[in-house]
Amino acid sequence: MKKRSLAILITSFGVLMSMYSCKPKNAGSAVSGDAASRAYVAPGKYDEFYNIVSGGFNGQMAVYGIPSGRLFRIIPVFSQFAESGYGYSEETKPMLNTSHGYVPWDDLHHIALSQTNGEHDGRWAFGNGNNTPRIARISLSTFRTEEIIEIPNSAGNHSSPFITENSEYVVAGTRFSVPTDDANGDVPINTYKQNFKGTISMIAIDPKSGKMSIDFQIKLPGVNFDLARAGKGKSKDWFFFSCYNSEQANTLLEVNASAKDKDFIMAINWKKAQEYARAGKGKKVAVKYAHNVLDEGTHTATSTIMNEVLVLDPKDCPDMVYMMPCPKSPHGCDTDPSGEYIVGSGKLAATIPVFSFTKILNAIANKTYDGSYDGIPVLKYEAVLHGEVAKPGLGPLHTEFDDKGNAYTSFFVSSEIVKWSVKDLKVLDRVPTYYSIGHLSVPGGPTAKPHGKYVIAYNKITKDRYLPTGPELTQSAQLYDISGDKMKLILDFPTTGEPHYAEAIPASLIMKNSKKFYKIEENNHPYVAKGEKETKVVRQGNKVHVYMTAIRSHLTPDNIEGVRMGDEVYFHVTNLEQDWDVPHGFAIKGANNAEILVMPGETQTLMFKPDRVGIFPFYCTDFCSALHQEMSGYLRVSPAGSNVPLTFSTGTNMPKADSATTKR
Amino acid sequence: MKKLLNLLTAVLCFVLLSCGSQEETTASTEEVTTAGGQEAVADDESQPDVVKVAVGSKDHTTLVAALKQAELVTSLSNAGPFTVFAPTNAAFDKVPKETLDALMTDEKKPDLQNILQYHVTTSSLRTEYFTDGQTLGMVNGDNITVSVKDGKITLNGTATIVATVPASNGIVHVIDGVLLPPAKK
Repeated sequence: MKKRSLAILITSFGVLMSMYSCKPKNAGSAVSGDAASRAYVAPGKYDEFYNIVSGGFNGQMAVYGIPSGRLFRIIPVFSQFAESGYGYSEETKPMLNTSHGYVPWDDLHHIALSQTNGEHDGRWAFGNGNNTPRIARISLSTFRTEEIIEIPNSAGNHSSPFITENSEYVVAGTRFSVPTDDANGDVPINTYKQNFKGTISMIAIDPKSGKMSIDFQIKLPGVNFDLARAGKGKSKDWFFFSCYNSEQANTLLEVNASAKDKDFIMAINWKKAQEYARAGKGKKVAVKYAHNVLDEGTHTATSTIMNEVLVLDPKDCPDMVYMMPCPKSPHGCDTDPSGEYIVGSGKLAATIPVFSFTKILNAIANKTYDGSYDGIPVLKYEAVLHGEVAKPGLGPLHTEFDDKGNAYTSFFVSSEIVKWSVKDLKVLDRVPTYYSIGHLSVPGGPTAKPHGKYVIAYNKITKDRYLPTGPELTQSAQLYDISGDKMKLILDFPTTGEPHYAEAIPASLIMKNSKKFYKIEENNHPYVAKGEKETKVVRQGNKVHVYMTAIRSHLTPDNIEGVRMGDEVYFHVTNLEQDWDVPHGFAIKGANNAEILVMPGETQTLMFKPDRVGIFPFYCTDFCSALHQEMSGYLRVSPAGSNVPLTFSTGTNMPKADSATTKR
Repeated sequence: MKKLLNLLTAVLCFVLLSCGSQEETTASTEEVTTAGGQEAVADDESQPDVVKVAVGSKDHTTLVAALKQAELVTSLSNAGPFTVFAPTNAAFDKVPKETLDALMTDEKKPDLQNILQYHVTTSSLRTEYFTDGQTLGMVNGDNITVSVKDGKITLNGTATIVATVPASNGIVHVIDGVLLPPAKK
């Protein structure tokens, strides 16, 4: 008996020990005591910052509040989106048109917010289409994708869409060099060195409308351009690009693109390039690319195929492009708020080199070269180097800055953020991330005016951070308070898609411009019905156009007869509401395409092709009002050649008196 | 045995205490303020809702005061849709003053709510939707009978629609009499 109780005691002790033993240090113990209050935004209160976050492989952007980490909005950009009908409705399908035809899903990696004088101005967000090269512009008033421009002579639009300090340009650099569009592309893949070219595209932004146009491209050696940053302040006329695969490998890049000790940071004097372009130094090249624009007046996008682009060749344009050696396949390429320092982060490097813009200008003036790369002068590493951050961590990727002269670099391999001083290159602090951080964001971090209050980590690996959901997990982000000397983890929040780069911007710059609804009197949609009196159903051959309205709580018309097999029915639904946050949805049974969601004052169109004779109910899919369930109607589909007349009504198609009597 | 127990307890206590340095996150004590319902949403761009329509009318000050007293403002600022039969001040003047004053007291709030809810139906009914002899189910649970004669719409034979104002979340029909719910059985 005694022996038995001893055994129980020891067993229970063991269990207790395992329950109470300290968890591994990196499993969340780094949370400070007042973390909850620092990330807490009381119900009904607003966050201090908007965080515009790329969605990676979902092709979208997501909008979060900081410090709460609350998700406010998903903005469809390069992918169809079931929530809004983006890419499904007739009006938005053209947004996803390309020279390759309709592309329903792309990969969005990086965000660039518009700037004025090097500071965020809260007007637009730009995002890159990584796979089928494109750049999109999103209005920060409507939080909608307003424009998408395809990039010709490009593949793998990764080093994009970084922006100049007055939003003169966003850039697009090729991750995958390929034969240019005007060249014969039917070449052996192993002729990369001879036939594959890289390009940098300068996409001009109209200062008023934000409209994009490809001003010119620069033809460059075939390498992989990875990331980029514009200069600022003294370096504002320059753009810096990280390049890897200077080996020009075309297979097993994992090994063959990591052979050399150094690749490059490329420095382009874009102002000079612009002068060359204006002076006629470029060559007009035949290409094919789509330019898609959403008209807010007609609520309709149009896609135009463009046929020409201006290309500059550095051989004809001296003093425009320089290469700077940078250790081991640089990934991030970031300029500090002053514009003096350019930080290159070699994924495989043991140090972080920091280049000095002043020294770059001196080296150029003194021609302190270290040979050339495909005709482009290579500046001597030591001549342009401000210094190296020694042994900062493993796998440096990206760097953001605060307003106190500090830099924050993400380390994928050692899974941490390291804070260091830009001036003396000393490591000041480090915090673990959970797990394997990619990009990071400080509010205003890429601008001349960082807010330096938080840094947000966007991680690649989630594993055990949240309740498990099978093999597919959400991505994890962590928020750190950086207002003190030490970085403090204060919040862990899930994100949609896979966040790559993100920017955070003071809420005050955006919320005042946020649109509440579209004015019905400004709706110029060709199929709008601006009131129920304007509703109608019009047959044009086998196309039937339904001019429909939606308002709490009925659709007009809600009884439609006379549609026949073989017809294409276009439901043009105008939401007549002029009230904030009252969208109406529209769905009809058996629709092979989609549903739509229509904002107040807007018109959206769903095309429906009946597949059988019968009665097809349709209804509002957004719980709009107390009588939402009543907001419905019927479409009658008759056989081809039927003589059922085309009729439509709301509230008047009553049972015939005699049949009603019979039923009773 | 007892010694062993004591030892184990001591070790266990040490283990427990040593992990105490893992500070726990504490919920903030910041007070959550309740700002009110949708009537408190700052929005001067959207079309006014039925409450704002009433508030904006100088002929409906009594009704607005009554809606506030009956705590119906939040509900009527909701998505609706509502049809509100809005008696004018003159209509309320036809009610004996002492009756009206009594209804505005806290003790009579349920009665006031009952009367006001008898003026609201959930659905947006435009004048063309009314038919002679139509019965409308009102929010308070009782019915109203509509009569339409020569384009004139009268409710329960006592109040006539004299004007109509569309609102974002429904419609306001101005009436010239106060509708009194049927006496409770």
